Amino acid sequence: MQQPGKLDAKIPGGPLKDKWTKHKASLRLVSPANKKKLDIIVVGAGAAGGSAAASLAELGYNVKVFVFQDSPRRAHSIASQGGINASKNYKNDSDSDYRLFHDMLKGGDFRAREANVYRAAEISNNIIDQYVASGVPFARDYSGYLDNRSFGGVQVSRTFYAQGQTGQQCTLAAYQALSRQIKAGKVTMFSRRDVLELVLIDGKARGVIARNLLTGEIERHSAHAVVFATGGFGTVYYLSTLAINSNGSAALAAYKKGAFMANPSMAQIHPTCLPVLNDYQSKLTLMSESLRNDGRIWVSSKKGDKRNPLDIPENERDYYLERRYPAFGNLVPRDVASRAAKERCDAGYGAGETGLSVYLDFKDAIKDQGEEVIGNKYGTLFDLYRKITGINPYKEPMKIYPASHYTMGGLWVDYNLMTTIPGLYALGEANFSDHGANRLGASSLMQCSGDGYFILPVTIGDYLADEIKTPQIPTDGPEFEEAEKAVEGKLSKLMSVNGSQTVSSFHKKLGQILWTHSGMKRNEKGLKQALQEVAELQEEFWKDVKVPGKLEHLNHELEKAARVADFFDLAKLIITDALDRNESCGAHFREEYQTEDGEAQRDDDRYAYVSAWEFTDENKGPMLHKEKLVFETVTPTKRSYK
Amino acid sequence: MKITLKIWRQESAQDKGGFVTYKMDDVSTEMTFPEMLDSLNEDLIKRNEVPFAFDSDCREGICGMCGLYINGRPNGPQEGVTTCQLNMSMFKDGDTITIEPWRAKAFPVIKDLVVDRTALDKLIQAGGFISAKTGAAPEANAIPVSKEESDIAFDAGVCIGCGTCVASCKNASAMLFISAKVSQFAVLPQGRVEAKERVQTMVAQMDALGFGNCTNTGACEAECPKEIKLSNIARMNREFYKAKIS
Ligand SMILES: Cc1cc2nc3c(=O)[nH]c(=O)nc-3n(C[C@H](O)[C@H](O)[C@H](O)COP(=O)(O)OP(=O)(O)OC[C@H]3O[C@@H](n4cnc5c(N)ncnc54)[C@H](O)[C@@H]3O)c2cc1C
Ligand code: FES
Repeated sequence: MQQPGKLDAKIPGGPLKDKWTKHKASLRLVSPANKKKLDIIVVGAGAAGGSAAASLAELGYNVKVFVFQDSPRRAHSIASQGGINASKNYKNDSDSDYRLFHDMLKGGDFRAREANVYRAAEISNNIIDQYVASGVPFARDYSGYLDNRSFGGVQVSRTFYAQGQTGQQCTLAAYQALSRQIKAGKVTMFSRRDVLELVLIDGKARGVIARNLLTGEIERHSAHAVVFATGGFGTVYYLSTLAINSNGSAALAAYKKGAFMANPSMAQIHPTCLPVLNDYQSKLTLMSESLRNDGRIWVSSKKGDKRNPLDIPENERDYYLERRYPAFGNLVPRDVASRAAKERCDAGYGAGETGLSVYLDFKDAIKDQGEEVIGNKYGTLFDLYRKITGINPYKEPMKIYPASHYTMGGLWVDYNLMTTIPGLYALGEANFSDHGANRLGASSLMQCSGDGYFILPVTIGDYLADEIKTPQIPTDGPEFEEAEKAVEGKLSKLMSVNGSQTVSSFHKKLGQILWTHSGMKRNEKGLKQALQEVAELQEEFWKDVKVPGKLEHLNHELEKAARVADFFDLAKLIITDALDRNESCGAHFREEYQTEDGEAQRDDDRYAYVSAWEFTDENKGPMLHKEKLVFETVTPTKRSYK
Repeated sequence: MKITLKIWRQESAQDKGGFVTYKMDDVSTEMTFPEMLDSLNEDLIKRNEVPFAFDSDCREGICGMCGLYINGRPNGPQEGVTTCQLNMSMFKDGDTITIEPWRAKAFPVIKDLVVDRTALDKLIQAGGFISAKTGAAPEANAIPVSKEESDIAFDAGVCIGCGTCVASCKNASAMLFISAKVSQFAVLPQGRVEAKERVQTMVAQMDALGFGNCTNTGACEAECPKEIKLSNIARMNREFYKAKIS
């Protein structure tokens, strides 16, 4: 179903570089005395939620933070490795806000909003300042000044990093700022809570229903505004680089309450991850993209070559990225690198026993720069690889393969980061805003932190300015009652099926369907088949899933079951969106739409829009709204890295 | 390979708890430790038994959510890894593996292998931060930091808050944990301003939360999956005395 319906992205007028400044000046303010009377719920405490919650509390709002882990420090932002971008131009290599903006817009294959992306670039430097002041030990050179490195998809060095643990250091800085506000009494922390439902009163977001994961108790929490910073749902593919409990349930709850879901099919499959080794695997650990700065990617030029990589002579190695993309070589963007790896493996040139991996080799870098320099840059990553595989990357090439990693798609938000539900905001990976059809490396931490530290704290005031007379929202009204009942109903239903198959077995099957038909390459026939298969699996799930244990107790299986139940709906949305988009752009590669040399063929005349899906009802499919992308400053060009 | 597992099961904090023995016939050396536990739990579910509870999230040694006492050692026999990174290749056919939750007064058991580590959050809340309010930061390169000091800060800053140090210490002390944070900020110019107050409030909080004292056994350093050094404790002690006399 399709409807031309209008979405107002609230993009300010005027020249690109003045939009944010002008917009900020036009937003209404809430006085310090009134902020004290306003409550805000923030779900999630990663780079986005943690920074937002701390900053909102510093401003004087009363903040309630929810996470499903035992501590806010454990949000999956903690795992991000390679770095965070900013346009400081410390390297004097011609970087600027404009260049960062242009790289991101182009990297995203012109499927993001100019104004949002420019703003992300514009505030990037403040983020580095903020993190350094908070004690983040970013890498420095011997002069004592901050160091930078380059990352995929760009030709300047603008990435700030802390070895392979940049995300950990940034997340902890946000966590520590949050901790300071908890101590100050401005933040109330609710750990080990699954937020399962959003509560609307008179159409406005006014609270959430959460399950206390320790006691099983269903709780009601109210606020004047609600912020979802719940991260990505790449776990829908089962195996991914995400934490095993990462999920899309909060986003899906919002969607079912009327928030539009944007570009759900834009899912990033990251090129440098550990390959699938066996059936038990629960996780595909990422090997940071920064490794591609010095590592060279290759496969044998002979089909089915099972030799030890050290025995394959130089003239029998195919450095296929350098061959196909001489300008960018191993630093092509992720989508391009992933597809190229798949192409080689599908053609029979893949490495290792399974033939589903490629080599990432540091031999030449070590020869040129020495082991110590390479160790300084990638030591933690090399150790990580060695711990998992037993192979020493200083001596032997790594084996890698693409894996599900990041969701560019997410809740639709306007320029203020508000969803289509008044008073509900979405930040970080949970929204769709800045990365279009493909995210460039080191730009997510940047976007998450920007959203949390510098955008939301400003824009939310404009909404709350109308709420200063609204007293605390009571939780005993019919809306809370109904939302709570819905959650209880769903959980009891899951418990009562008492079938014969485990939750994980369903999740695995679902992941396999999506990976096969809606992964790095897609086509109409496969997508239609996948839609059918997901629907059947979903039906089977509700008839035959087995959830042991009790409702009123710590029950990991029940938590998983609720998440997987939502993954079915998300998967259907992903596939529906992929089917709608009869073009190839970024990570969305439809086999029917490719150039003769196998590159993505975009169709700007028909598809230069954000697809925003509206929930109708459980039986009818979602309704499509198109937000046309207007390019005032940049003319979309064919994305070439050759 | 065949493995026998003795797993600590405890319904709740009030329950006494005890070991239950499970036999597994088909453990692959390619599994990680939690993947092995997953597979046992899958079997238990299929046999209509209630699976046991254990925490994990990132499964790549960075979130600090996992952490089990395995054969009398935190995170088992492999050096420098978290429980989720422990490989089953460290065990051999016929082994019996005993699995317990962290044991520390400050970490009460919640259920089976899951413990409450919120005390670690409370330590950070006591002063483990630099009070840099959003928006107030100066230009990042305005504060040069020598590479050497920055590297010390990084090495201390990689703590994942898993609680291994506490679990490995016979006094259940959190000295390594707080000293890592104190050190990270003590060597950075940005952190100096609050250094005195930070060390005092964090140490006081550690005592208040029921963690034990440090008697320099060094078990924490030996077991820390992130190889955080005892030298952080020495630095913190210096900071502590400096704060006292100044
Ligand atoms: C392995 C890896 C490496 C990466 N490396 C980089 C990098 O080098 N540079 C870069 O820029 N980006 C990187 N990324 C991407 C980046 O880390 C993420 O996109 C980003 O951290 C997401 O942050 P977030 O705050 O949006 O969400 P998260 O950090 O995922 O946080 C989500 C939060 O929401 C909470 N939550 C979720 N659902 C619920 C619910 N229903 N109820 C209660 N709480 C809930 C969780 O508890 C958590 O606190 C990497 C990602 C991965 C997986
Ligand atoms: S699960 Fe994250 S450290 Fe082990």
